[in-house]
Parts: sequence; structure tokens; C-alpha cells
Amino acid sequence: MANNQCSRGSALVAAIFALLLVVLTFSTIYFFAARTWWFPESITSLGQAIDAQFVRTLWITGVVFLLAQLALAYVLLRFYDRGGRAHYSHGNTTMEILWTAATAILFVGLGIAAESAWAAYHSQPASPNPIVVRVVAQQFQWNFHYSGPDGRFGRTAPELVDDGLGNFVGLDRSDPAAVDDLVTPIMAAPVGREVVLDLMSKDVTHSLFIRELRFKQDAVPGLVIRLRFTAVKVGDYEIACAELCGLGHHRMRSVLKVLSPEEYEAWLVEQAVE
Amino acid sequence: MATEAHPAVHHAPQGFWRKYIFSTDHKVIGIQYYLLALVAVFVGMFLSLLMRFHLAWPTEEVPFFGAMTPEQYLALMTMHGTIMVFFVLTTAPQSGFGNYFLPIQIGAADMAFPVLNMLSFWLTFVAFLVLLAAFFVTGGAPISGWTGYAPLSALGEIAGPGLGLGQTLWVVSLAIFSGASLMGALNFITTTLDLRTRGMSLLRMPLTVWAWFITAILALLAFAVLLAAGLLLLLDRHAGTSFFIPGGLVVSDKQIPHTGGSPLLWQHLFWFFGHPEVYIAILPGMGVVSHILSCFSRKPIFGYKAMVLAMSAIAFLGLMVWGHHMFMSGMSPYSAFAFSLLTMSIGVPSAIKTFNWLGTLWGGRIQFTTAMLFATGFVSLFVTGGLSGIFLAQPTVDIYLHDTYFVVAHFHIIMGVAAIFGIFAGTYFWFPKMFGRFLNEGIGKVHFWLTFVGVYAIFMPMHFIALAGHPRRYADNTAVSFLEPMASVHYFMTIAAFITIGAQLLFLFNFFWGLWKGSKAEEINPWHATTLEWTVPSPPPHDNFAGHVPAVYRGPYEYSVPGAEKDFTPQHLPEPQAAAGDD
Repeated sequence: MANNQCSRGSALVAAIFALLLVVLTFSTIYFFAARTWWFPESITSLGQAIDAQFVRTLWITGVVFLLAQLALAYVLLRFYDRGGRAHYSHGNTTMEILWTAATAILFVGLGIAAESAWAAYHSQPASPNPIVVRVVAQQFQWNFHYSGPDGRFGRTAPELVDDGLGNFVGLDRSDPAAVDDLVTPIMAAPVGREVVLDLMSKDVTHSLFIRELRFKQDAVPGLVIRLRFTAVKVGDYEIACAELCGLGHHRMRSVLKVLSPEEYEAWLVEQAVE
Repeated sequence: MATEAHPAVHHAPQGFWRKYIFSTDHKVIGIQYYLLALVAVFVGMFLSLLMRFHLAWPTEEVPFFGAMTPEQYLALMTMHGTIMVFFVLTTAPQSGFGNYFLPIQIGAADMAFPVLNMLSFWLTFVAFLVLLAAFFVTGGAPISGWTGYAPLSALGEIAGPGLGLGQTLWVVSLAIFSGASLMGALNFITTTLDLRTRGMSLLRMPLTVWAWFITAILALLAFAVLLAAGLLLLLDRHAGTSFFIPGGLVVSDKQIPHTGGSPLLWQHLFWFFGHPEVYIAILPGMGVVSHILSCFSRKPIFGYKAMVLAMSAIAFLGLMVWGHHMFMSGMSPYSAFAFSLLTMSIGVPSAIKTFNWLGTLWGGRIQFTTAMLFATGFVSLFVTGGLSGIFLAQPTVDIYLHDTYFVVAHFHIIMGVAAIFGIFAGTYFWFPKMFGRFLNEGIGKVHFWLTFVGVYAIFMPMHFIALAGHPRRYADNTAVSFLEPMASVHYFMTIAAFITIGAQLLFLFNFFWGLWKGSKAEEINPWHATTLEWTVPSPPPHDNFAGHVPAVYRGPYEYSVPGAEKDFTPQHLPEPQAAAGDD
């Protein structure tokens, strides 16, 4: 056995390997291209910029993927052992420089192209009349704190938290500003109006994930993280937790209701009554 | 320095305990590490089997397990990740093969510090036992993931089951492992710098040696930080400090007395280790794959210096990109710019490696041994797993894909499966040298085909469900309405996992059959390779070169040299007209 270890080149193995690479490459490309599983429709203008960058990345990586896998399949077929001697070469500096420069421009350029949407995600100019919602995460539920008609949030304090009595955010009911505050297990927002979210957490790190908004941000204990969105389409959108937060991580769910302005006002009144 | 005779030479031990258990021989220690990783990989795989069963049939009882609660699922997930990352991907390619072959490939009799080497292994072994103990304590194994994010990992039992003693054992295990890895890293670095034989200049070292050397430098820098992070976490958990726990927390309706800590500090420390760790797992694989592609293409490696530079660049950049794990963490969005562009830059040396592997195959005379199949499979997986990184490296795209199955697919393909292909390639290649017998090539090939197709079938669909927003680390996908249409994909991936894991039993059989019944490796150099490990008997004697100090006259990959009689010219063969001034 030992003697022929070095002459195992075989057309069959090369052909099977090359075929597998081709099947693998095209089936992967098919599922991406056919969009069998795909993003839900975006409901923010920023979401469209994010999707565009995703598609740009998909094109570039897709072409590189196709060329690299097919090149591998090709060399296996073309250069399997047919006897004779291999071509003696230590490389080619010109090609080395060429493909280094090409990938540097391609990948770093793509990275730079991505940055404007990221900047917009974090520093959209504030609109004149936003709705401020405090998102207070806890194991394993979301609490959405609205300031109510007075536009002022009541005082909150950790020592006032009492989940048993339903005071999840530790609201001080003796504070006049707190009287009209709302704390709800679901989030509502009027369509077309900016919402400012102040994300915080009572216990461990959670992450607010709303697919249709293209929104994801960790809620970190000890920090208040401010982000904005403006939803442009009415509907119900599922909220998931995207950061492992304990045994109930998977069931830490809620919903974002994007409502017409009238429905939104009615919703606020309805919540205040409850 | 390189011309010194072997300071590490010592007499062969006689008793069973000193020879096989508490051995200071780098070869025995290398095999010990490898066997530890072999046990660990089957434990880790078994855990994933239970998880995959549960994901495919969420309401059924899991065989050998029973009904699975969410905390049990998360405990399996945490232990799977920790076992695989530390005790398989860090242990086998670096400490296993590196220990065995680094000294031989540079012409040394042993590692620079043999006793320290023994200590590293036995500490690693203890760390493994401590980690496994977490399964058997009250509350069970921890549920905070292999990343152990604070404050979930810092608060104790109040935050959930497994976060009491189980989590403490997890931290202690990682701290011990870090200490062992630091000792190993020092040993590798010193050995490479000081014990190279005559003529073995840095640029004549096999790429495997370069990979182990660079990995050791990374490990020295990274594990020091993990050790510190682990100790701080222990203090938070048991000494009332607040490094990672901020003030004003209310957990399960109870106020927490800590104040002043930062959850992001843990993430920074953890990922300062955790990102280089990815390269600690994959760089040795790159070395092994380069080594094997060159041998079975019967060609010099394409662009040797470029390969060395690319590995160095990957390691150097790899130390500066940890923040790409934290784009959604609340870290300043400005730092995301820097971390993103640095991460995209890693695409450049990675592309150089891929091109050079293809360049090595190009014009070659490719021999499809099992080792070669796995090495070639590695190239395919490296491309696939690398390209999905291009998505995640952009904060803009990561907003949607972060903490979805896209990440799971990405790191499994590149850090898990590609690295494991490197281990398999190394195993089929070096087994005859290590044990004096061959693995069965027929079984090996079946093992390869099933594994290659299997891993793509498991991990490729994860990208697709991530496009539909499937979050990772969910113990139960039935609670979420938008996940319902993806149940069939989970089913498919589970079936693929069953088949792939089944194929690994073939490997296990081949391994143990090979040890005792494999055909004998009578030739010292059965693959007609060029480096020094193929100049010594299989297995090599205690001090490797039997008192003789080898000399090296050329680079490591002189295959098919024009005019040469054979298609390989080993490093140790003197030139016909031996130039006196050679090195």
C-alpha cells in the first residue's frame, strides 16, 4: 500500500469533486436569487438603504463565490494526476500584487459604501414633533413607557419596581408628572411620525429586534440608548428579543402596532382607561 | 541561536507513568492533546445532536434525554460551544499537531520547556473535567452561551437555572484553560525562535511552523485577557465586586446591591480574546492545508513569502477587530466605522491565501489522497465562510443579521468546520508518522464525501432562514409566528446533521482500527514529502533524530524541481556541490 500512496490521482475523484462544487455553488445561488426565504418588506426609508447595501454585498460576494468555487472545480479537473511532472513555480509577484489590490479596493470600498446608512441609523435629524417611548426590557418581557398627554415622564426608581403589582418600570405614582403615564406590554406608533426610543434594561442585556423596521439594538442595563425610526406602513409587526437573556429568551415577544394617527390617539385613550 | 545543539535533550523515561501519562515528551503530549480533543469533539457533537433533534421535533421527547426544557436546551448550547471552541478547536490543531510536529519540523529534540509542556496539558485536562462537572451540579450547566455575557453570567442563580455553581465552574474552567494556553504559547514561541536546527532560517520553516508560531503569539496576547476577564467575573460573582454589574438592577423583582459596573466591559474583554480565538482555531488549519496542498500537487507552495505575510497580517488585524461583535451592543457608533473597515481589510490577506492555494494547485499533478481531499475541502469552506463574513463586517447589514442564524452559519463554516477539515487533513496525512500505520484510505474517502456534503447541507440553509430574520439561541421556535414557515428547514438541517455525525463514526472506527490493524507504514516518507518529519522513523524515537542533529539546505516545498531525479527534494539533502557558506 505504502508504495502507491503517491499515485492516487484519479479522473473519477476529480470529476465527483468538481461536480459537487458546481451543484453546491448553483444551489446556493439559486436559493439566494429565488428569495425562497427573504426579508419581509421594509417599512422605513432607512430600511431600503440597508436592503440596498445587502443586495450590493450579495452581488459582490456572489460573484466572488461563484468564481472561486468554479475555479477550484476547474483546477481539480484540469490538473489531476495524469503522470508526468508538475510545473515548477514559486509564484508570481505581479499577480500577487494585482489580486491584493483588487480585493482591497473591492472589500474596503464596499465597507465604505455601507457607512452612510449606518450613520443615518444613528444620527437621523430629529423631527419637530417625535413621540418618545422608553423601552424597559426585563426577563422576559418588554415594557413600553409613554409619557402621556403632558409630555413628561414621571419619576422612576428601582426600589419602586413591583412586578407583582404591575409596576414594572418602578413608576412613582406620587409624582404629578406620572399621573398620565402609560406602561404597556406592546408598542404602538402612528404611521409617518418619528418615534424616539430610549432603550434600557432592568436586569440583563436584551435586544429589541423588529424585522420590518430593520431595527436591532441591545438594551443594556446601566445605559440609556437612544435610536429613532419612522414607520411608513400601517400594520402589526412582531418584536423579538435578539440577545440571549435567560431561559425565556425565545418567548420574550411583543408587537409593534403601526396605526393611523386617529387610531393611535384612540389606542392611547383605551390604554389610559385600562 | 539556531545552530545550538539541543538543550532539551533528555533520556527516554522508562516507567509507564513517566512514559505515557506524565510524559514530558512533546510527541506523547501532542497525542494526549489530540485524544482529549477527540473525546471532547464527540461529547460536543452529541450535545448538538440532542439540540438538533429538539429543533426538528420540538414537542417530541428526545431519545436518551426526555422532554427538553428551554434551560436544558440553552445549557446544551453553552456547553457545546465552550467544549468545541476551547477543547477541540484550540486543542487539536495547535496543541495537538503543533506539539507533535513543530519540534520535528524545525529539527529539535523536544520543546524548549518540556515540564511546562506537561503542565499545560494536565491543566487543560483538569479544565475539561471542571467544565464537564457543571452538568452534574445543582441547577445544571450554565445557560449564558459560550460568550458568557455579563450581567447574565455575573448575577448568579437569581437570573436563571445553571447560573449558580454551573456558571462558576464554567468560569473556573476557562481560567485554568487560559493559564494552560499561556504556558503552551510561551513554549511554542521559545521553541520556534531558539531551537531551529542548522540551516533552518525563518524563511525555510514549513508553513505549518509559521502558523503554529503566529498562533502562539496570538494566544499569548488573547488568553492573558480572557484570564483577567474570568477572574473579574469570579470576583463579581463571589466577592461582591461590580466590574460588570451596574447599579439599580432589579432581577426577578429583587433589587441587586451592586453598583458601578459595565456590561460592555465584559464584552470588550471577552471579544479582545474571542476574536483572536477565531484565528487561533483557523491559522493552524491554514498551515496544514498549505503543507498538504503543496505535497499532493507536487508543486512548491505558490507565494511562500506572501503566505507568511498574509498569516501575519491576519493575526495582526485580528487583534484589532473585536468590536465587530459589538455593533449592536451600545458601543459608540463611531468606533463601528473603524472596526468595520479593519474587518473588511482582513478580506485582503484571506483572499491572498485563497488565490495562492489555487495557484499551488494550478499546473500541479494533483493526487487525491484523503488528506488532500480534506485540504481541498478546506479551501472551499474557507471561501464560503469568509464571504459571509463580508456581510457581518458591515454594521449597516449587521443591523438585520446580527444574532441571527447567519452568524451561526458563518462561524460554524469558517471557524468550526473549516478548522475541523484542517484537523482531518492533518490526521490522514500524519497518522502514519505518529502511529506507524496508515488510516484506511477507502473509509477515509467515504468519510470525506459524506462530511463535505453534510456540512454544507447543515449550515448553508442557516443563511437562508436568517434572511427571514431567524434569531439564534432560541430554545423553541414555535412561540414565534414568523418562524413557523422555517420549521421544514430545521427538519432538513437535522436530518443532514444525523447523516454527518454518523459519518464521523466511520472516522472513529478508522482511527482505532488504524492504530492496531492499519497497514504498516514501512517507508519513512510514504507521501514523498520534503520536510524534516519525513526523515525520522514512524513513530520517531524519543529525541526525534536519535542524537543526530539534522541540517537544512533549502526551503520546505521543493517539489518537481527541474533536473532533479525525483519529484521531491527534501530539506535535509545537501546540495551536490555543498556550498560552504550556506547559512
